[in-house]
Amino acid sequence: MDPFTDSAGAIARAVNARSTSAVEVAEALIPRAERVDAQLGAYLQRTPELMREHARRVDARVASGESLPLAGVPVAIKDNMCLTGTRTTAGSKILEGFVAPYTATAVQRLLDAGALPVGKTNLDEFAMGSSGENSALGLTRNPYDLDRVPGGSSAGSAAAVGGFEATLSLGSDTGGSIREPAAFCNVVGFKPTYGRVSRYGLIAFASSLDQIGPFARSVADAALVYDVIAGKDPLDATSVDRDVEPAAGFLREDLRGVRVGIVKEFALDALDAASRAVYEAAYADLERLGAELVDVTLPTAEYGLATYYLIAPAECSSNLARFDGVRYGLRADGADVGEMYERTRAAGFGPEVKRRILIGTYALSSGYYDAYYLKAQKARTRIAEDFARAFERCDAIVSPAASSPAFRFNAKSDPVTMYLMDYYTIPGSLAGLPSLSVPCGAALPEDGTRPMPMGLQMTTPLFTERALLGYAHAYERATLHAEKLTPVTAVIESSTSLRAPSGNRA
Amino acid sequence: MSSSTWEAVIGIECHVELKTASKMFCGCPNEFGGEPNTKVCPVCLALPGSLPVPNAMAIEHMLRAGLAFDATIPPLSKFDRKNYFYPDMPKNYQISQFDMPLTQGGVVRYWLEDGTRGECRLTRIHLEEDTGKSTHASADGRLAGATSSLIDFNRAGVPLMECVGEPDIRSADEAVAFLETLARTFRELGVSDVKMEEGSLRCDANVSIRKRGAAEYGTKAEIKNMNSFRSVRRAIASEIARQIEVVESGGRVIQETRGWDEAAGVTHSQRSKEEAHDYRYFPDPDLVPIDVTEETVARVRATLGETPYERYVRYVDTFGLDSKRATQLVDDAPLAAFFDRAVTASGGKAQAVVAFVLGDLARLANESGTPLAAGKVTPEALAELAELTSSNAINSKAAKQVVETLWNEGGSAKALVEREGLAQVSDRGAVAAIVDEVLAANPNVVADYKAGKTNVMGFLTGAVMKASRGKANPTLAQELLKEKLSGGS
Amino acid sequence: MPTDRIDIRHVARLARLALTDDEIATFAPQLGSLMTHVDALAQLETENVPATAQVVPSRNVQRADTVRPETILAREAALSNAPQVQGPYFRVPRIIAEEG
Repeated sequence: MDPFTDSAGAIARAVNARSTSAVEVAEALIPRAERVDAQLGAYLQRTPELMREHARRVDARVASGESLPLAGVPVAIKDNMCLTGTRTTAGSKILEGFVAPYTATAVQRLLDAGALPVGKTNLDEFAMGSSGENSALGLTRNPYDLDRVPGGSSAGSAAAVGGFEATLSLGSDTGGSIREPAAFCNVVGFKPTYGRVSRYGLIAFASSLDQIGPFARSVADAALVYDVIAGKDPLDATSVDRDVEPAAGFLREDLRGVRVGIVKEFALDALDAASRAVYEAAYADLERLGAELVDVTLPTAEYGLATYYLIAPAECSSNLARFDGVRYGLRADGADVGEMYERTRAAGFGPEVKRRILIGTYALSSGYYDAYYLKAQKARTRIAEDFARAFERCDAIVSPAASSPAFRFNAKSDPVTMYLMDYYTIPGSLAGLPSLSVPCGAALPEDGTRPMPMGLQMTTPLFTERALLGYAHAYERATLHAEKLTPVTAVIESSTSLRAPSGNRA
Repeated sequence: MSSSTWEAVIGIECHVELKTASKMFCGCPNEFGGEPNTKVCPVCLALPGSLPVPNAMAIEHMLRAGLAFDATIPPLSKFDRKNYFYPDMPKNYQISQFDMPLTQGGVVRYWLEDGTRGECRLTRIHLEEDTGKSTHASADGRLAGATSSLIDFNRAGVPLMECVGEPDIRSADEAVAFLETLARTFRELGVSDVKMEEGSLRCDANVSIRKRGAAEYGTKAEIKNMNSFRSVRRAIASEIARQIEVVESGGRVIQETRGWDEAAGVTHSQRSKEEAHDYRYFPDPDLVPIDVTEETVARVRATLGETPYERYVRYVDTFGLDSKRATQLVDDAPLAAFFDRAVTASGGKAQAVVAFVLGDLARLANESGTPLAAGKVTPEALAELAELTSSNAINSKAAKQVVETLWNEGGSAKALVEREGLAQVSDRGAVAAIVDEVLAANPNVVADYKAGKTNVMGFLTGAVMKASRGKANPTLAQELLKEKLSGGS
Repeated sequence: MPTDRIDIRHVARLARLALTDDEIATFAPQLGSLMTHVDALAQLETENVPATAQVVPSRNVQRADTVRPETILAREAALSNAPQVQGPYFRVPRIIAEEG
């Protein structure tokens, strides 16, 4: 058993069977994560003692006869999720010293299922960003090219799994923050239907869009996590009270009879030649697997960005009002409370966060609410209607997860250019649809020398996670694209920890 | 305060803390007092990542409160965020209701001390959450001059009803009557303790004046910091007088907030209300809308009993009680219930019953510290007593004795009267005989009376009572005395 | 829907953000550029379209009125992240206005 490269399923089986122990897994991971992370910077904080403590508990539970779905599986957690006793920073100076006194429900479920917390991962500040570069507390690098971004906002969670520093990780997705970095880092990134996974304990960015989801190196592993974390939480009024159809073990192996929608507005001719080729091949593979490709249209998709960049900032401007230096976090003193607020927030928030707070406040302000926020919520309805109509003609919609592979640091210094990275992922978010990115090959970037991973986005109707994961699983098993690439960090490591190309992924 | 030139126009807004076991959006206890910052959790402290979940009982209380005042319950309602910054408000937004409150409209019927009745329409009642409390580190604990503030979040997140009245009120007295009816009703419904001194009822008043007969409203000032019903009365009266003076001396009333200064007996300007807040209301995305079905409304309406106003009207109109005594009863729900049972058992002798309830029995209850409804006197026993006195079977002195005994021992009034032989002698012949004896025994007094000293009637009546060991019907005795003394035989 | 020049100072004040002149100079064109994209929304027909209240339609999600002692924070924990405390209280600089 290789604790670095084995799948979550394999590790859990081994630990439950007691052919290895959770403690052994932990002791292998801890130095490994430290070494690799010196290059990758995926973690803001590693939690070896906590990991060991959980490992001991898991072993005790297994010894007493329990069988845990994620027994001994190392998991990294995006640092916008509270975990009792750990610094939880949201990648921001304003929460640099904040120690969470409670644990997010999704995280607790994962730990209760036997997972071992490797640490808290880096992110764009308050989950606002598409590259990871907006973190105020650290820089995360793409495991496939250290001079390139890992994507965002779940930068560290994607990089940790892509760089073999953890088997699984939790990220959060508001407009693409799981799917895009997954594509950039050669891993599976899955965002369930809005309301499937509790948001309690997830530091809120945009309440009507945020969802927690897994990163994994296989769809089967992602399904394992989904089964554990999904389900109604009485502490989150927006979590839906709906039975969770288990996905793990129910994933289909082919796409016969599946109608796959190709979106007119997401036509591939908008991409550069190398990227276009990757997706054309991916679509062809889908057909080869039995899918029927169908043309669909999402006429309002072009309004997705405008809609998102009104709703998300509006909600975040209100959600971030609580960061004021009164009860926790950074405080910059003032002669009076008003001054304290202004100075604290000026010192504590980075520029992207400030921009979004400004836009959001503006969109809600007196005289502008109808033209901006309300208008955007109506546009959102139209986008959701478009998807509903499209799904009358197909079972799944596919598209690129991002318009290009990972770009170089500082390549997109203009904020709006960065926002365009979310072009393909935003519409599905606005409609609350379950959506994922699965590795679909690699392309040589125009300014690069190494082929960089790319991801195929798949989206299905509300609450159809089992079907979605099934389609992705079938595609993945037939193409095995992720295994064709080797992360740079593996070169740094000794070769004995490299997995064989066709490796034990099952 | 009345003026022939000026009319006061007053709109009352009040906040009422709901009586629930837990807070509005979290599982912290909803209790008054306690050590600071011991009733807090991630939600009401607004820690990063926390989320609100609404308290079903608070919503139920709201519906009952609204229906008790004939409000309309719209089928769909939602929560909105009211965004502004203040240190005792952890999220720097308050979860409240903006354009789709749980209740709309309604009317509050009230009565004044002198028995005049009035009504004031409600604009709406909506549900929101309370803030924490700040104390200011300054010499007098007041905001001005403080160097720092200390915040306690125990109260943050307590469910709050905001009741907004239309500007139908025309005097300080009406304002207080309006508030008192609200308070009585909420207390009766069990939705709030409504104690101004504990902060479970807080109110502000919007006051303006205009020339009598004018159609338009004058500029209003908002009066805050009234901490008791007495303050409300004094503050509003003071403000009306102030505004009249301002206008009559050629000035204009400024739209502003004014704080009531209890000690000085005046209002002080606090800030110009011109600086309107931009609360940037939007529907709270962490919460889902509330469907209130017709079934729910019917079910809740069926749980409502008689409102205090309805009871007051019944006591005055049906039982003929005067306003003051009716109010006394209405203000004490267990007492009113006791009273109603006794009246029913006595076949409707309300006047007789109330005389005891608010007379001797009230005194005894007061002295002993035991409320009447918890004492040994049963409504049935009281009913019997009322029947006995109103039929003149016993006289008032005997009645007093019966009351004392019933209070101390309980039991039946009729049985007691028989046992102690307290029945009044109303037989003409028997009383006449005693009268004759007394007259015969007091020839000098008789002479005095015949000489014009009619006040000796008291002595003579007393003598008859004494001779009859208190059993003679005093009215009859006096009647016979007069008859015989004026020449009849 | 016109592209209004956003009064950044006013909006920053509403959001309690102290911005430097440099920041305002930097943000203004960036926000303006975003608003140009946003202005395109005016072309989208939404006359009889309801606003999305909830992406996934739920109603009446409520909790029973019970105290949950396991969620209450011990005072030490509640105050543990506070930048300034005084005894059992959170301490802040003086409050000037009635509503800050």
